Amino acid sequence: MLANLLSGDYPRSRILMVILAIIMGILAFGPFLFPGVRAFSMMGMICVFIILVASYDLMLGYTHIVSFAHTMFFGIGAYGVAMATASWGKGFDAVLLGAAGAMVVTVVLALLLGLLSLRVKAIFFALVTLAVAFAFLSLVTQLYPITGGEDGMRVHVPRELGPAFRPLDDTLAGFSLPDAFAALLGNTSWQEVFFEVRITGRTLMYYVAFGASVLVFLFLLRVVNSPFGKVLQAIRENEFRAQALGYNTVLYRTAVVVLSALLACLAGVLFALINRYVNPENTLAFELMVFILLMCVMGGMGTLYGSVIGVTLFLLAQNYLQDLLKLLVEQLPPDSALAHLVGPERWLLWFGLLFVLSVYFFPSGVVGQLRLWAARSPRTSNTPEAVDTDEPRTQYR
Amino acid sequence: MAYEQPVLETRNLSIHFGGHKAVNDVSCQFHRGTLTTIVGPNGAGKTTWFNLLSGQLRASHGKVLLHGEDLTSMSASARADKGLGRAFQLTNLFPGLSALENVRLAVASQHHTGHVFWQVSARRRDIADRAYELLQTVSLAHRADNLVANLPHGDQRKLEVALLLALEPEVFMFDEPTAGMSVDEVPVILELIAEIKARKDKVVLLVEHKMDVVRSLSDRIVVLHNGELVADGEPAEVIASPVVQEAYLGATQGEAS
Ligand SMILES: Nc1ncnc2c1ncn2[C@@H]1O[C@H](COP(=O)(O)OP(=O)(O)OP(=O)(O)O)[C@@H](O)[C@H]1O
Ligand SMILES: [Mg+2]
Repeated sequence: MLANLLSGDYPRSRILMVILAIIMGILAFGPFLFPGVRAFSMMGMICVFIILVASYDLMLGYTHIVSFAHTMFFGIGAYGVAMATASWGKGFDAVLLGAAGAMVVTVVLALLLGLLSLRVKAIFFALVTLAVAFAFLSLVTQLYPITGGEDGMRVHVPRELGPAFRPLDDTLAGFSLPDAFAALLGNTSWQEVFFEVRITGRTLMYYVAFGASVLVFLFLLRVVNSPFGKVLQAIRENEFRAQALGYNTVLYRTAVVVLSALLACLAGVLFALINRYVNPENTLAFELMVFILLMCVMGGMGTLYGSVIGVTLFLLAQNYLQDLLKLLVEQLPPDSALAHLVGPERWLLWFGLLFVLSVYFFPSGVVGQLRLWAARSPRTSNTPEAVDTDEPRTQYR
Repeated sequence: MAYEQPVLETRNLSIHFGGHKAVNDVSCQFHRGTLTTIVGPNGAGKTTWFNLLSGQLRASHGKVLLHGEDLTSMSASARADKGLGRAFQLTNLFPGLSALENVRLAVASQHHTGHVFWQVSARRRDIADRAYELLQTVSLAHRADNLVANLPHGDQRKLEVALLLALEPEVFMFDEPTAGMSVDEVPVILELIAEIKARKDKVVLLVEHKMDVVRSLSDRIVVLHNGELVADGEPAEVIASPVVQEAYLGATQGEAS
């Protein structure tokens, strides 16, 4: 059963398996474990970004296609829903129409990108995607009457997915992890730990995103372990030889670009619904593209599990590194050079440093490194090469 | 035999790199059930000729025909699909994948299952079994799960042959298949080539330097020199001809046993 769900592709490291189980558990029960709005919205973003980064990994990690247009497709999905609900009102029909329209635009654009420029050198494809993504960004910014320009657009989500919708009359009990931690340290009483969770449309929307994220992830695991996925890896390893074996590699590469773009578009749709506000900065900006790349590399390219790790690490850092730095500053003498250096507004600097260090020490990403350790440790007898054996690996069941 | 329609044919095939004519006006026909060895000194253009046949390079002039069909403008992958199978002189595999996965890719190509994305590749029994069988054929079964990058050179050469066998092509092109193999590995590969020849329904092209191998296996020898076809015929006759003695055997005395 598990083998089937994971397509026989296990984490292959105990530590990794534990981390993944924790992330999965927290996301599954998230609204019942964290009382704050901030944690709630971050978990929603993790779900959306897992789709976005895992689909990027399909291109970058599994096929070695470098594209800078991934956020463009993300933005197409997000703006598709925003524009559709702006003109047709807050109904599921508007959302579906917007999503469908965005998917059509995505397929056409991705096909054009793929067929026009995948024939030539990889660097050329990367540059074309960069140019197209920039053109799209400036188009969206300038079409103020339709897209709201820099101001962006409010997304009119269906009532059933909004905060006003209350499917249950009663509240449910939640168990606050942060408060439990504080209680353990003796800072609060254990009564504080339980809190009331009111199920709203936003909770439902969160679970839609979570469900989509799990499904897409399992789907991608299947894809990369299928005969198709193996051809992608063959193209990554030696495209010349893949052609000599009779594979029309341009077709395969185009298919990957289209599939990955479609999933990015889906992530955009979910983002619009969960964030309820889209603008060029949160969907199309080049900075976001760089973040996706960072998450993919940090987690471990070509592992898929790496995208879950990379997204979680990155979003945690983005949300909480500033708090951490603020705490640090308070400990330091005010107005000292050091205090300026660790100012919370410099979180990206510190994150950059963490990133450089992580890439330096874990060149194959967190997942790659964990797998390497697992393979070296005498407890697990599986060599990293034994990827494809059909035998059930009991230790992971 | 000679009156039968050739399976593979090159007509005035040429390629120029700048001013250098690596293959120059080579016309040759290959018939079903024959094994032709191509000999010539280093740099004679043997590999380049193979590249023109299998589509890794495009001809400057001339044509490549398979059963009379013009393949000259087709891509390498389309030609592989048509039945031109190629093993490379310089080992050319998928280093980051296991030996079994390498063969499975070739088998999957032959079965046309590369587009299947909803099944787990390792569970396609038909493909996995065939791939494993091929590894056994080249006596590499014990290496099935090893990454190719970690295999010794001789094993990589054997894998190269296994990939070609997996494609089940109509035309087999072996480019110095035994180069770099240890003495006990060579007979395994030669035996395989002899088996293909014995089936009598394939065309085998072999680039080989070892003259004893050439003599025992070949139905015919073609000699390339400076990109030109300088001799073509029965092994004994070609080896004895003065042009070969001078152009090839004279140049590589050591290897001419
Ligand atoms: N892509 C290329 N660009 C420029 N010159 C090339 C190219 N490929 C081959 N050549 C040249 O063509 C000539 C023929 O090379 P080729 O590799 O076909 O020889 P060969 O007969 O296979 O030799 P060997 O026995 O060493 O394998 C050589 O002089 C080589 O330098
Ligand atoms: Mg050669």
